[in-house]
Amino acid sequence: MLERVQPERTQSDRVMIEIRDVTRSYGAFKALDDASLNIREGEFFSLLGPSGCGKTTLLRMIAGFDTPTSGSIAVDGQPMDGIPANRRPTNMVFQSYAIFPHLNVEQNVAYGLKRLKLQGGEEKRRVEEALAQVSLTGLGKRRATELSGGQRQRVALARALVMRPKVLLLDEPLSALDKKLREQMQVELRRLQQAVGITFVLVTHDQYEALAMSDRIAVMFGGRIAQVASPKEIYQRPVNRQVADFLGGMNFVKAQIVAENGASLVVDTLGFGRVKTDKPKAFVRNGGAATLGIRPERLRVLWDNASAKFEVAGKVVERHYFGEITHLIVEIPGLEKPLSVTETNDFGADDIPVGAPIRLAYDPEALVAMAD
Amino acid sequence: MTAMRRFLPSWLTSYAILYVAFLYLPVIFLPIFSINTAATPKFPLSGVTLHWYEDLPRTPALIDATWNSLLVGVSASILSTVLGILAARSITRYRYPGRRTINGLIMAPLVLPEVIVAISMLLVMLQLGLSLSLFTVVLGHVLVCIPYSMTVLTSGFEGFDRSLEEASADLGESAFGTFRRVTLPMVAPAIISSLLVCFTISLDEFIIAFFLTGTEATLPIYIWGQLRFAAKLPGVLALGTLLLVASFVLMTVAEILRRRAARRTQNEGGLYA
Repeated sequence: MLERVQPERTQSDRVMIEIRDVTRSYGAFKALDDASLNIREGEFFSLLGPSGCGKTTLLRMIAGFDTPTSGSIAVDGQPMDGIPANRRPTNMVFQSYAIFPHLNVEQNVAYGLKRLKLQGGEEKRRVEEALAQVSLTGLGKRRATELSGGQRQRVALARALVMRPKVLLLDEPLSALDKKLREQMQVELRRLQQAVGITFVLVTHDQYEALAMSDRIAVMFGGRIAQVASPKEIYQRPVNRQVADFLGGMNFVKAQIVAENGASLVVDTLGFGRVKTDKPKAFVRNGGAATLGIRPERLRVLWDNASAKFEVAGKVVERHYFGEITHLIVEIPGLEKPLSVTETNDFGADDIPVGAPIRLAYDPEALVAMAD
Repeated sequence: MTAMRRFLPSWLTSYAILYVAFLYLPVIFLPIFSINTAATPKFPLSGVTLHWYEDLPRTPALIDATWNSLLVGVSASILSTVLGILAARSITRYRYPGRRTINGLIMAPLVLPEVIVAISMLLVMLQLGLSLSLFTVVLGHVLVCIPYSMTVLTSGFEGFDRSLEEASADLGESAFGTFRRVTLPMVAPAIISSLLVCFTISLDEFIIAFFLTGTEATLPIYIWGQLRFAAKLPGVLALGTLLLVASFVLMTVAEILRRRAARRTQNEGGLYA
């Protein structure tokens, strides 16, 4: 019997990176607008958002390649103001990998160690260890120009890890790889992070990447941090429509607030009737209207005479086949927009005829209230 | 149609052969007549000798001219490469208004008639009160060399991934250390290539040197002077052959280095790997 368990937290509560009221302006344009954030020691933290949301700017300010217009950044309790990139306890994996093309793999990895002037074969030992960590043992003599995309990425990782930084910064490290390799590297990166225990800060615009790898995610839009939470929380309880939309499909349903008390909210909807839901933390009431959201996979097709405590009835208007899943568009009387439903194909959802009447089961907990 | 297809390539081939022959025949005559025993360049050759080559180092005026040319060539190539580095770095690295105009102005001497450039420079030098010497020749050569230097250097600098320098800083290296360990090794082939190209151009350049030099002759001016004496012609041909070989070797090495530099900087990215 499989029991439901709360996932255990492996990292400590100690703050590794403290970002306080950081703003970065370019003239009138604010690339980052008053961002505050604590990243914990040993955490895999992702900055997620569309291009131009300020995530890379923030990462580059942690690395020391950019300076906040106002506000402060501290790493491991030490303020970083005025400390140049070469004297920070952070190392970076660049989007282009920035492998030195005139050096071989070994020389690339040893680049930063050369300055430390390590004694008695220590440098060689650490290079070997770093190459082993990224599964590149034996490729030390390979020229940088002879490497594949995945190998370049591993060299960039080894070159940063060999410095034993307090924080490893990753700027869209997987964006140049093809889909299959990208998914494989996601798993490997996560495994590597847990093995070395270093705080990882990842910048990405790929929501699945962030969800798959992170302990926590900060979702950013237009220079502002919209939500900071665990992947599950971000996905299941987005604070607003923008976050909900960015993290994958979401059905939005207009709702009328009936009662608001403490931590819960009672709303009336046309399709789902009266629903009681948790009130989101940052919920600001704006008149009597609110928005409810439900993910397409939280709606299940009811077959034959099966019934559920909570169900809605409608008509299939479109069907899209995606191999392991089928995507149904279902019109519900009363709802201004049809619901999108994803159903796995093990029960024949791929054969449901367009135009057929259909009943969908849902869990009222899956209906989340959010600010517009 | 098929007849046409069969007909065309054969014509194109003969055209190409004729074209190349026309281009290089004079160049081939130079070494051939330089080993002829007779002083007049005429077929058939009367005999083969290296006599004219052996005479070259025994001509004091030629030795002087060679030294002058080396001095001018080395100075002009270093000067124009240094200026070229600054310009190429600015053109490839920064975005600013007037960037293309400035680039165009720097490249302009390539298409200006050299005689006009030489006369204008002569006027300017005299106005400035500079007396004509090898120094004024160097200045003139820098002007004509910079466009070539720029071309070679921009192709070496272009696509230089800025994150390479950032990666170096990120790994703890200082600004100077980054320049020494990353920037310099990466652009070194382009810089050497530019030096060689400029040296070769300066070595062969006649018009500007002719106008701007005082009493000291460079090699092309010496050759020009020798042409007045029919008996000296084989010596000139021998010298010309040597210059030709030197230019060819220098330019080949320069081009190999330029390509290596371009490959180094442009291989970055990982997107195509």
